[in-house]
Amino acid sequence: MSEKKDKDVRVGVFVCSCGSNIGGLIDVKEVAEYAKSLPNVVFTQDNLYTCSETGLAQIKKGVTEHNLNRVVVASCTPRTHEPLFRETIKDVGLNEYLFQFVNIRDQCTWVHMKYPHEALEKAKEVIRMGVAKVSKLEALENIVVDATPTAMVIGGGVSGITSALSLANQGFETHLVEKDAQLGGKLNVLNKLFPTGQDASELLESLKERVKNNSNLTVYTSAKVTNIEGFVGNYEVEVQQNGKTTNLKIGVIVVAVGASLLTPTGKFGYDGKKRITQYELEEKLKNNDVKANNIVMIQCVGARNDERKYCSNVCCMSALKNALLIKEKNPDANITILFRDLYTPGTLYEEYYRRAREAGVIFLSYKLEKEPIVEENTIKVYNEYIGEEISVPYDLLVLSTPLIANDGNKELAQMLKVPLEENKFFLEAHVKLRPMDFATDGVFICGAAKWPVDITESITQGYAAAGRASTIISHDTIEVEGATSFLPDYNRDLCTGCEVCINVCPYKAISKNEDDEIVITQVLCKGCGVCGATCTNHAIIIRHFTDEQILSEIYAFGGS
Amino acid sequence: MDFEPKILGFLCNWCSYAGADLAGVSRMQYPPNIRVIRVMCSGRIDPQFIFEALRVGADGVIVLGCHLGDCHYLEGNYEAEKKFDMVKRFLKLINFDNRVRLDWVSASEGARYAQVITEFTDHIKALGPSPIGGDNPDKKILNNLKAIEDAASGDRMRALVGRERKITEQENVYGEQVDLEKFNKVFDSAIVEEYQRHRILVSLEEDTKSIKSLAAELEIDPSVVLEHIVCLKSRGQIDFGEFMGITPMFFKM
Ligand code: FES
Repeated sequence: MSEKKDKDVRVGVFVCSCGSNIGGLIDVKEVAEYAKSLPNVVFTQDNLYTCSETGLAQIKKGVTEHNLNRVVVASCTPRTHEPLFRETIKDVGLNEYLFQFVNIRDQCTWVHMKYPHEALEKAKEVIRMGVAKVSKLEALENIVVDATPTAMVIGGGVSGITSALSLANQGFETHLVEKDAQLGGKLNVLNKLFPTGQDASELLESLKERVKNNSNLTVYTSAKVTNIEGFVGNYEVEVQQNGKTTNLKIGVIVVAVGASLLTPTGKFGYDGKKRITQYELEEKLKNNDVKANNIVMIQCVGARNDERKYCSNVCCMSALKNALLIKEKNPDANITILFRDLYTPGTLYEEYYRRAREAGVIFLSYKLEKEPIVEENTIKVYNEYIGEEISVPYDLLVLSTPLIANDGNKELAQMLKVPLEENKFFLEAHVKLRPMDFATDGVFICGAAKWPVDITESITQGYAAAGRASTIISHDTIEVEGATSFLPDYNRDLCTGCEVCINVCPYKAISKNEDDEIVITQVLCKGCGVCGATCTNHAIIIRHFTDEQILSEIYAFGGS
Repeated sequence: MDFEPKILGFLCNWCSYAGADLAGVSRMQYPPNIRVIRVMCSGRIDPQFIFEALRVGADGVIVLGCHLGDCHYLEGNYEAEKKFDMVKRFLKLINFDNRVRLDWVSASEGARYAQVITEFTDHIKALGPSPIGGDNPDKKILNNLKAIEDAASGDRMRALVGRERKITEQENVYGEQVDLEKFNKVFDSAIVEEYQRHRILVSLEEDTKSIKSLAAELEIDPSVVLEHIVCLKSRGQIDFGEFMGITPMFFKM
């Protein structure tokens, strides 16, 4: 808070011009000059591109020649460039945590283009805040833990089997846990697969064969994961199978539990006989049991409505595929598909639609507000193009229902400490940046557990998750962030043992030991800082974002 | 010259900070009044940070996190929401609650970030400068804000807010769930009590005082002051020293 210098702190500030991205609007020389006047700053420099070879060399030179022990770079954003600068100062012997990023491009010159003067002042102020923070930063060590080179895949559907096989083929001991008595998931239900027309059973048999012949792969059927403890590289998983409990030491976990089928009880007269679901039709087709001549399919049954807002992704294609299969066998069959919107993305899938039209399948649209009315032998559907109700006779009604999240998802999500989205499907860490990962390290996701996907996509994702998982267990050790929550010994007597921190920790990183003392397991902590903000007696410290460090930024913001 | 507010923003790393970067990448323009402190999660925001920011002269403070349900750490923003709610309730006592805001901006909402910051800046501009900013801060408000900060930092309030979600959303140690209305009542009366008690403490920092003079100064009923004094004494936060005639004079420990 004061002008007084922190003992032995020597800060270097490097101001990037970023070509003209920053330097085009504000005078970086003036900014660097200003930084010189800040407490603890002993060296400043402006660079054309601080992240270039030359820029990085200048940082290194600055650190060595001026004996710097803290570095500030004012440039773009820590989200892309912090790792690079941390590496750089590490190269010249500084602890990588003694670094502070100041954003004067993405959150300054780029967004205040009409205000060069204000942008200049802002740049100076945020550098002042950055210098205040860096002066308070402490060296931290990343935590290194051993990784067990084993994998578990939960769910033995097509995605899970693919993932497990891929991991096992890379040489990792892999455990595949399936709740049903046999592997295969939805492949057991399906008839033929789009877009290849292959028999689902044929694919399943070949997968089973490969599973059987793989000595790295252990399969547990009729089994359930009942407990998961530990952390990345070191999970302890309990599996129950026929009343028998197995405890396994697992490095990484892939969630491949798939999704469930919705039974449309009470909808459109569903009875499982004359009025069936698309999946029941698959079964009938497999058994060559479709006798009907007038077939009507209704799409989006129980989907894309208020209760379930999402599109189930696979039903349009299933309907088209099955309509074509029926037409192939019985070209005289009358097939009408009642749809709200048809989604057939990509050339392969659109081809099905074209062929269905050519084969004489009739498509009639309906609106959610005016759903078709199902009578004993006819269906009345309002068509907005002709502004009239049309009656379509049927002797088989097929309802396309969505895939829905499994009932067991919540329980599993809690065990793994991973989130579910609003429809109770599993939620990945980031839809684009980390689509196969969970935010929890060492846990991955693939297939319909995340979102309704078809077989092709399930297989792709199975491989992808295996690839991501192997990046962890292909190393003997794992390094985890050192910026964690921490209860230092000197704060022990502040701790009243109130346990509020235990309640708020999302990762179960905080617990009490036998002596009733609070213990924080560093490797489990992700450094969110909630416990620090909550601790009733300010005993917990959040490393790299300590109260003192954040307050120093606030005071520097205030002007002192 | 137009009033240019000083605004401090606390942004979580994973969503809001990314959203702010995206605003930059997309060259969305917004007023240059905001300064940003990056934290890993909005749940890191200790109420104390917001009060301190106001005390050092921020005209407005905004906390931004991921949308509810999207927190990188699962539920940090729910915790942030509870704490922020407490901050607002406290600040309402000194009519400062409209200088702070909590909102959600995702990593893909660059435009929304620019919009939220623009709106908040305009809002603060319309409010005018903080009475405790600048060179001549209003001493009385400053003292009251200090009392609020101390009250919110005390273990009673922190324990309440820290347990709020568990108590109201799950169940308490006796296996019962307390309804929100009931909890809010307890919470609100705790806020008022702690605020008054800490005002007394802040006032006693200046000088030893009698109950009567405290009552007059703080505009609280003497009998209420007496109740607080008894409580503060039992907590060991104050004691009485000499007597002025027969009136005991209290001082802060
Ligand atoms: S990480 Fe954004 S609110 Fe928690």
